[in-house]
Amino acid sequence: MTTSVYLLMASFVLSLAGLFVFIASMTRGLFGSAEAGSRVIFAPDEENTTEDPAASATDQARLQAQVRVVAPASTVEVSRAELASRVKADRSSAGPTLLCLSLAVAWLVLGSLAGLTASLKMHWPDWLTGPEWLTFGRIRPAHLNMVIYGWSSLAGVGIALWLIPRLLKTELVGGWYAYVGALVWSLGVFIGVLSILAGYSTGLEWLEFPLFPACFLVVGGALMGVPLILTLRNRKVQHLYVSVWYLGAALIWFPLLYAVANAPGIHFGVEQATMNWWFGHNVLGLWFTPLGLAAAYYFIPKVLGTPIYSYNLSLLGFWSLAFFYSQVGGHHLIGGPVPTWLVTLSIVQSVMMIIPVFAVAVNQHMTVLGHFRALQFSPTLRFIVLGAMMYTLASVQGSIEALRSVNTITHFTHFTIAHAHLGLYGFFAMVMFGSIYFVMPRVIGHEWPYAPMISLHFWLVLGGFAIYFVALSIGGWLQGLAMLDAKQPFMASVAVTIPYLEARSIGGGMMVLGHLVFACHFFLMIFLRKATQEGPTRFGFPQLGPIGATSGST
Amino acid sequence: MKGQITEFKLVSGALVILAIATATLVAMPYLILRDVKPPAALKPYTAQQLRGRAVYVKNGCIYCHSQQPRDPSQAPDDTRGWGRPSVAADYAYDSPHLLGTMRTGPDLFNIAVRQPSADWHLGHLYQPRAYTKGSIMPAFPFLFTKHNGPPAPGEKAINLPPEYAKPGVSVIATAQAQDLVAYLLSLDHSYPVLTADDQVHE
Repeated sequence: MTTSVYLLMASFVLSLAGLFVFIASMTRGLFGSAEAGSRVIFAPDEENTTEDPAASATDQARLQAQVRVVAPASTVEVSRAELASRVKADRSSAGPTLLCLSLAVAWLVLGSLAGLTASLKMHWPDWLTGPEWLTFGRIRPAHLNMVIYGWSSLAGVGIALWLIPRLLKTELVGGWYAYVGALVWSLGVFIGVLSILAGYSTGLEWLEFPLFPACFLVVGGALMGVPLILTLRNRKVQHLYVSVWYLGAALIWFPLLYAVANAPGIHFGVEQATMNWWFGHNVLGLWFTPLGLAAAYYFIPKVLGTPIYSYNLSLLGFWSLAFFYSQVGGHHLIGGPVPTWLVTLSIVQSVMMIIPVFAVAVNQHMTVLGHFRALQFSPTLRFIVLGAMMYTLASVQGSIEALRSVNTITHFTHFTIAHAHLGLYGFFAMVMFGSIYFVMPRVIGHEWPYAPMISLHFWLVLGGFAIYFVALSIGGWLQGLAMLDAKQPFMASVAVTIPYLEARSIGGGMMVLGHLVFACHFFLMIFLRKATQEGPTRFGFPQLGPIGATSGST
Repeated sequence: MKGQITEFKLVSGALVILAIATATLVAMPYLILRDVKPPAALKPYTAQQLRGRAVYVKNGCIYCHSQQPRDPSQAPDDTRGWGRPSVAADYAYDSPHLLGTMRTGPDLFNIAVRQPSADWHLGHLYQPRAYTKGSIMPAFPFLFTKHNGPPAPGEKAINLPPEYAKPGVSVIATAQAQDLVAYLLSLDHSYPVLTADDQVHE
């Protein structure tokens, strides 16, 4: 045992040193060009121009007035060729993005209905007990897998595919890989969810899909990453914006993670448990978080027309996130039958997560600082800034929760479930909603048909989630305290949670309603395309500058 | 430009970092735990118990029940009758692992010690609230069949408390239910083991 401790300490010191050498090597020469790097996302005529395709014409004017009192100087002449190339770049990603997002929204509806069912079953244990496939222990993992692999992953990839041509200033190359990848992936999720409902779950949390559908996810995931590689080789920019690092790394990480985790015949007993949480937390840290942050790093400055606050900080944030986040999984096994050093390592790295979280928080919040009224006028910003705040909250909460003293109370309780939703819903889903509102008018070529539905969606999910999170956190905490009190019978820890579980169902119900509003609006937008195309469009191509006209102004 | 992040640095950095994480959380535990021997007192599962374990897995019992009692210094698991803190060797025959992350219901690592009656388990699976007031465990009627009249020879009828039993109706446990209970009754890890600390002090 002592040898392994020394080995571990040596590798820890080595890898920390390596991390700093790595960062140092990349900051060399970067301090000078940092400012330029953060401006890569703007075309010469775009900086200081606010942009939110999801806002009404009035709100767009207000948004501009809010951020820059003086109207942007439209002195930069943009050639017709330049405008045409921008339109072509946007058009190149439209198809794959639309496919990914449509599938994602469908999974969102199904997944959240399953979630609501599971939530209701927690306090109505005799409801729908007849059909085998509806039992709590099957519908709950069905919910989890639909929302993480169906909704979150496909939404994240859809937005990534749309961002790639924007960030690399060229057309998306190899869009067909993305089409095939998204279909293979979605088919995998479909087969996987059916397998769970039919009783073929592997029994490993986050890895419930049997080997057959799991292979679909590895292949589909790898295929969806191919366009990034092909487009990178064809790029027109020197500098890779911070969002590209996040996207690039995430698209490499996921297929590897999922393949190692599903490797048949290797994992056993307690080792399987450590692998399980190595995967369970890496799928958050190395897949969803980078996809979400990549979107936030693009859309926040883009909507505001202002570069992010500190570009160098984002570099530190990226590498420290990758390093620390990848080793936190062991904190799910505190107090369990696993080697102590492993748990301790994970606790240390969980606390170290404060560094990347701080980097992201400072960057994103300082960029928004002073523009908070802009949230009123930009639906995109409202969702994404809120999501970014929840990211900070969820991460800080996660670091605290990993501490042994706190974990002793919260482990094995609903508190963890509330925390997981703060990260995956409060942060990730919110950022995705905002991104979809921005992206879809560009993809489809006309605006969202019913602006009030965006507000309704926002307030339903925000209100619902607030109830969900607060209720479940309190309930979970009380549950944990009751369980630690040997004088109280175990059933006291169940009884104390009931009102909070009921409140969670109410909150969850509001979230589902919000999703239905969102999904209706989303598909109406697609199917009403023909009807509205004849009328004037507020933006779409026009906002890029009418291709036939000479001026680039809106 | 010199010093810029290039694709090469991005990919190699991403791979190195993932490799470090995999080494610490997967490969090292693999090497350390590979040689852990099962305790002599722990018997391998029988065929029926393994079938029952599969029923436990497919109906997602893991989402509410853990199988990893904690140390008395951390939590009163022992006082609740959940058993001594578990060690890696206790799981030598377990695949998939069923450690769990949730205690909506109690820990089950020693449920056979606490509740050794097969009849209790069968009835409890059919209607948990007949046995535990305030329980929120789902009922599992699909693990049972019902018919009028007394049970036929060879059928395993369950005995429900009077207020839950319907006169004249027999509730029969399916093979799945009996397998599941056989698995639950195998969950006895009350034999003594050396903990990691003891081994160090030796």
